[in-house]
Amino acid sequence: MTTGEAGLAWDEAADGLVLRLAGRLDAHSVSRVWGQALDGLHSRAAQPVRIDTSSVEYCDGAGVAMLVDLLRQPRDAGAAVELGETPEAVQRMLAPFDVRDFQVADTGSRPPGPGFGRQLNEAIHDLGRHLYHQVEFVGEATAALVNAARHPAQVRWRDALRLAQEAGANALPIVALIAFLMGVILAFQSAVAMRQFGAEIFVANLVALSLFRELGPLMTAILLAGRSAAAFAAEIGTMKVNEEINALTTMGLDPVRFLVVTRVLAAVAVMPLLTIVADLVGLLGGGLVMLSFDVPLVTYFQQVTNAVSLGDFLGGLFKAAVFGLLVAGVGCLRGLETRNGAAAVGVSTTRAVVSAIILIVIADGLFAVLFFHLGI
Amino acid sequence: MSAPSPVSQTPPTSPSDDPDVLIRVRELSIGFDGVPLLEHLDFDVLRGEVFVILGGSGSGKSTLLKHIIGLYEPMRGHILIDGQDMAGARGESRLALLRKIGVAYQSGALFGSMTLLENICLPLEAHTELDREARELVARMKLRLVGLSGAEHQLPSALSGGMQKRAAIARAMALDPMILFLDEPSAGLDPITAADLDQLILRLADNLGMTFVVVTHELASIDTIADRVIMLDKESAGIIAEGEPVWLREHAEHPWVRRFFNRQATEAA
Repeated sequence: MTTGEAGLAWDEAADGLVLRLAGRLDAHSVSRVWGQALDGLHSRAAQPVRIDTSSVEYCDGAGVAMLVDLLRQPRDAGAAVELGETPEAVQRMLAPFDVRDFQVADTGSRPPGPGFGRQLNEAIHDLGRHLYHQVEFVGEATAALVNAARHPAQVRWRDALRLAQEAGANALPIVALIAFLMGVILAFQSAVAMRQFGAEIFVANLVALSLFRELGPLMTAILLAGRSAAAFAAEIGTMKVNEEINALTTMGLDPVRFLVVTRVLAAVAVMPLLTIVADLVGLLGGGLVMLSFDVPLVTYFQQVTNAVSLGDFLGGLFKAAVFGLLVAGVGCLRGLETRNGAAAVGVSTTRAVVSAIILIVIADGLFAVLFFHLGI
Repeated sequence: MSAPSPVSQTPPTSPSDDPDVLIRVRELSIGFDGVPLLEHLDFDVLRGEVFVILGGSGSGKSTLLKHIIGLYEPMRGHILIDGQDMAGARGESRLALLRKIGVAYQSGALFGSMTLLENICLPLEAHTELDREARELVARMKLRLVGLSGAEHQLPSALSGGMQKRAAIARAMALDPMILFLDEPSAGLDPITAADLDQLILRLADNLGMTFVVVTHELASIDTIADRVIMLDKESAGIIAEGEPVWLREHAEHPWVRRFFNRQATEAA
C-alpha cells in the first residue's frame, strides 16, 4: 500500500476480516477507493469486518462520508462492519455523526409527488386563482387610469417620459429597420407575381393597405412586446424580489398607480407614433423596390394616396394604441406576479413576452371582425 | 474623528513571525478606480484561529475580504494564502488555491432554483470525482453539521434568514477548505440564532481545526468567537488596532476602538 494517495487492503484476522485504509482520505482521492471498498464489503457480506484506519494520514469530510457509507451497509446476521483502531483526528471528525441517521434505505431522494387527482385539483385551483388575479389587476389598472385621467397632476410624468423614451425613441432604429425590410419583401414578392399580369402598379395598394391596416401596428407591437414588455416585467419583478413593492405598499403607495399607470401611458403614447414611423418607412422600402420595376416614386405614392383612406390610417393607429395598452399591461402584470428568486424574474420575463404576443394576435383578430362590421 | 493615531500595540503573543501563518498580508493597498480605500495593510492569520475583521460601516471590511478571496485585484501589495500569492495565481494554480477556501456571503448567495442538497453538491460535482450518491451523502453530512438535517430538499426561499446562513456555511464547507470566510454571518439575525451561529463556528473550529476569517461588527459575536481581531478605520485608511478583543477593550489607545468595544456613542452625538 502506498502512502499519500488513498489505498485499501483486505487482511484476515482471528475475529473476521480487516479492511485497512491508508493514505489521504480526502475529496480528491477518496473516490478511487470508495467503490472498491463497497464492492469488497458486498462480496464478503457473510463475514464480520473491522475497518482499520490507523494508517490514514489525513481525513476530510468526504473521507468521513466514506466511513459512514461503509458502516451503514446492510449485512448478514453476525457479520457487522465496525470501526477498529481509529486515530484521534478521525474519531473527532466522526463524532458529530450517528450512522443510524444515514441508513442506506434513506436514499435522500425527493419525496414522492402528489397523485394525478390532486395535481388536477391544484392545477384547476391555480388557474382559478390566476384568472382572479388577472381580473383584479385589470380592475385596479382601469381604476388607476381613470383616476389618472381625472387627476393628471397625480401622474408621475417624469417617469412616464423616461419610459416613453426607452420604449419609444430608443426603439426607433429597430422598428424602422424591420418596417423597411418588411416593405421591401412585401413589394418584391408581390411585384414578381403581379408583373405576369401587368399589374405592378397595384403593388402600391397592397403594400400600403397591408402596412397601414395590419402589418405596421402588428409588427411594431410585437417589437414592443419583445423590448418593453420584457423590460417592464424584469424591472418590476426585480423590485418584487427585492421587496421594493412591499416597501411601496407599506408606504401607502399603490404599486399599480405608481408603476403600472406610467408604463401604460408611455406605451399607449409611443405605439401610434412608432406605428406611423413603421408605416412610412415600410412604404419607402416598397417604393424603392418599385423603382427597380420601372415604377416612378411619384406614381407609387400617388397610387398609395388613392388606395389608403383616413379610416385605414386612423384604424391602424387605434389598434396600435390598444396593442400598447395590452403590451404594457401584461408586462406589468407578469412583473407583479413574480415570486422569489432570480429564476422567477426570468420566468416572468418569458411569460410577459409570450402573453403579450398572444394577446396582440387575439386582439388583432377581434379588430378585423369589428372593422369589417363597421365598414372601416 | 481625531487625527489617526498609531496602530495599537499587539499583546506579547504577536504572531507576525509565527511559522504557522496561513494568510499573510503585506503592504496591501486596495481601492477602486485608482482611489485607495485602505493602504499599507500588514497582518497575518494563523492556522486554526478565528480571525475577525472589524470596522465601522463603510470602512472597507467586506471589500478587504473580497480582495483576500481573490474577487478583486489589489492596487499594491501581496496576499499569500498558504504561501501562494492569490493575486498572481492563474489557471490551475488559482483553482487549487480557491479549493483551499470557502466563502459564506452576507446574503447567503444560495442558488434559488436549487435545493439545499443541490447547492452543496455543486462544488463537489465541479471539483471531485465522487459519484452522485457519495456527493449527496457528503452534502447531507454537511447539513447535519450545521443543524439542517431534514431540509435537504427545501429551496432557499423556503428557509429563514438564519437557516440560509447556516446552509451557506454548509456549502462553503463542501470541499473541506482550510479557511472559511464569513461575511457578516450574524447580521440581521435574532440574538438566539446569532448565538447559535457563533457556537456553530466555534464547534467547527474546534472539531475540524478550520481557520475562520469573519467580517462582523456584532460585539457579542466578537466576544464569543474571536481569537484575534483587526480593526479598520475609514479616515486612517488602514488598521487602527490589532490583537485579542479582551486586550483591546482594556488597552487600545485609539479612542474609536475603545468606544467601539464599550459601545459608546460618538462625542458629537
